[in-house]
Amino acid sequence: MEFIKRFFNSFASPSSLHEAGILSMNMRNLDYVIKYNPRKLLPQVDDKLTTKHMAEKAGVDVPKLLGVVEYQHDIKNLGTLLKQHDCFVIKPAQGSGGKGILVIVGRDGDRYVKASGDTLEFEDINRHVSNILGGLYSLGGKSDVAMIESLIVADPVFNDYSFEGVPDIRMIVFRGFPVMGMLRLATRASDGKANLHQGAVGVGLDIASGKSLRAVQFDLPIEKHPDTGHSFEKLKVPHWDRLLKLTAACYDMTGLGYLGVDIVLDEVHGPLILELNARPGLAIQIANGCGIQPRLELIESLPNWNMPIEEKVAYSKEHFASV
Amino acid sequence: MKGRFQLSLAVIILIAAGLGLTLYKHFALGFPLTRGETTTVWSVEAEIQFKADGGPAKATLTLPDQQSGFRILNESFASPGYGINQFEDDGQRRAEWSIRKASGMQSLFYKVNLHPDRQQTEPLAPPVDENNGTLKAKPSLPEPYQTAANSLLERVTERSADSRSFTGTLIKEFIAKQPSQNTNMLLSMIDNRTELTNLLIDMLSMTDIPARVVRGLYLEDGRRRQPMVEMLEVYTNDGWILFDPETGVSGNPENFFLWQRGGKSLMDVMGGTASRVSFSMISQNVPSRDLAIETSQADDAALVDFSIYSLPLEVQNAFKSILLIPIGTLVVLIMRILVGLRTSGTFMPVLISVAFLETQLLPGLVIFITIVSIGLWIRSILSQLNMLLVARLAAVIIVVIGIMGAMSVLSWKMGITQALTVTFFPMIILAWTIERMSILWEEEGPKDVLIEGFGSLLVASMSYLLMSNPMVEHLTYNFPELLFTVLGLTLMLGQYTGYRLLELRRFKPLVGG
Repeated sequence: MEFIKRFFNSFASPSSLHEAGILSMNMRNLDYVIKYNPRKLLPQVDDKLTTKHMAEKAGVDVPKLLGVVEYQHDIKNLGTLLKQHDCFVIKPAQGSGGKGILVIVGRDGDRYVKASGDTLEFEDINRHVSNILGGLYSLGGKSDVAMIESLIVADPVFNDYSFEGVPDIRMIVFRGFPVMGMLRLATRASDGKANLHQGAVGVGLDIASGKSLRAVQFDLPIEKHPDTGHSFEKLKVPHWDRLLKLTAACYDMTGLGYLGVDIVLDEVHGPLILELNARPGLAIQIANGCGIQPRLELIESLPNWNMPIEEKVAYSKEHFASV
Repeated sequence: MKGRFQLSLAVIILIAAGLGLTLYKHFALGFPLTRGETTTVWSVEAEIQFKADGGPAKATLTLPDQQSGFRILNESFASPGYGINQFEDDGQRRAEWSIRKASGMQSLFYKVNLHPDRQQTEPLAPPVDENNGTLKAKPSLPEPYQTAANSLLERVTERSADSRSFTGTLIKEFIAKQPSQNTNMLLSMIDNRTELTNLLIDMLSMTDIPARVVRGLYLEDGRRRQPMVEMLEVYTNDGWILFDPETGVSGNPENFFLWQRGGKSLMDVMGGTASRVSFSMISQNVPSRDLAIETSQADDAALVDFSIYSLPLEVQNAFKSILLIPIGTLVVLIMRILVGLRTSGTFMPVLISVAFLETQLLPGLVIFITIVSIGLWIRSILSQLNMLLVARLAAVIIVVIGIMGAMSVLSWKMGITQALTVTFFPMIILAWTIERMSILWEEEGPKDVLIEGFGSLLVASMSYLLMSNPMVEHLTYNFPELLFTVLGLTLMLGQYTGYRLLELRRFKPLVGG
């Protein structure tokens, strides 16, 4: 009996969730993704190269594009291209889930040093690029394009909070208004990936200040990072205003009304747009400990929402402040 | 908002159309809603026998017409060597058997299949005045019977109000335990039912009440050599009404199949002697559905005429399983949209459940899990060789076929015949499932593979249980109109923006407690 009761208690009533303004998956799809993200605009976020070109054109900060290899016969130019750079990242333009990303952090004579410390021959890099072009990492095996980007050096501010990998910030941007944000930190449990349901830590961020609100792992609140043991209390994301403006600009750039923007903080260049997502998940609500729907509805109810980016950011900071 | 209104309207129309057509088919065309419902069909056989003279011979038999209470499904003639043709005589169908040369005993058969039916036919035409307003010359009886008849008619007229009560009262006089003197005299004229009927008709005609004789059969199962029974049909204010001349009961008796109207002969034989006709009958129980199809096709009901039933049997069988698929998709929709289960590939579970229909649930689950597990293991070996996706998929398909073959041979040798059904699994789907699962394994880890695999198998099992239900199969196959309803429900689910069941659990920490 007790077990059955506990089981039923593990479900919230729909009305209580509704009151808390929790956005459901069905409503996200029907009332936001389908409504505000026209299908014809989606290819620009599916292909990272298109996104990058658009960002560079719009003046939105992204990791610098060092070069592109489009066809197999372009690979012969790879050598001259790579000679100029000590560290770089090679990634497929249409890859998913971080597959096919090769990070080179330095040189050891003629050899290239990977993030893990292993070294590669130039031939190995050649083959990797060739595999990318052949579609080894793209969805459906479509032939792809290899992008060579400058290496991101993570801002040391997060060093105490991250087990491995570069922490990133996910911001939901609705009609150009930053609505809700969270910081994703890899853990040992998540195997260095910033994926919440694999055990990465999600830290809800105050839109007004960039300060941490609360942190969750596996959907449950935690006080300290499980691996480094650091408390999240004092965590504050630097360059917060710049970051907000950067995310807001992504709407003007893509025209996608309901957008998930992934940002990394580079030690030198500050916030950079890493990736855009036209179907951002709902876990951000759990990390923030509150529903996103009232914020979305507030923006939908604005009679004149088409204002300059600065005003949008100011509006968000005023209305979506949590403390 | 306007679009949503239109969608709601479409949903309502679709659901109503599906249910409406189904109910129409059930109530108007007689399609049974449940399986195994049977209906009685009567087979009545008329056998004409006569001794042919050796020259040309010809026999005619009056044939029954469609009537209220019964429905003629089909009829057939059997008579070796005879030519048969049907013609219309005085509004009555007749069949004529003819032969150039015949000798000895001849047997001619006519068989009609009937189905008791609540349907009403159009009311019969009122009596035709062939002689310009005056009914044909009134019959008269030889004296002293005419005088007795006249006084009896007078007596009955006084005690009745209209044609109907008049007939009833008249018959009562004849069947009374102690008949009056006049009646007794008239009764002495007759000694069988036929003569009684004819006398009653004569007497009714004397009072200008149109009446005619009707012949028919009482249907009783397994009867042979049943006689034709005469009935009296009288034209009243309510139209033609049947009376039983020996009981006075009016209205169509139960199980009375009307064969012929009017006093014409039932059968004529030329070129033969000692002719007689006898009737035998038998009742059969046939599935209501078969009957409904037959009658609807006979009626040219468009819903049936342009339906799956008009297709060749082989194609019909294919549709039997095709029409089940929407039920599976509906289960997928409910489990994904309302419950929030994750499945591997959107409609893969439906295809798996179709395979389960052939393998049965438990063997199917075992086979599926075995193949996918072995496939995942081999796929992990393949992924160590860098390969392009298309080639990798092709390799997985070949491996799956190999596993299927090995499983069949091994299980056959070990005497487990259930495993032979492995061939019913669509191998392309298996290969895709393996590919998807292995990508999921690499990207998200084994936990997600288990969750997705469990979700897929749960949905597949549920839709299998629904699809294998004989009731569901009966409804989807015989009422394909229900597709409209399923489509309507699908459109409705497509608009659902509420929480999924599993989201109630996922977001529980956000509302405390």
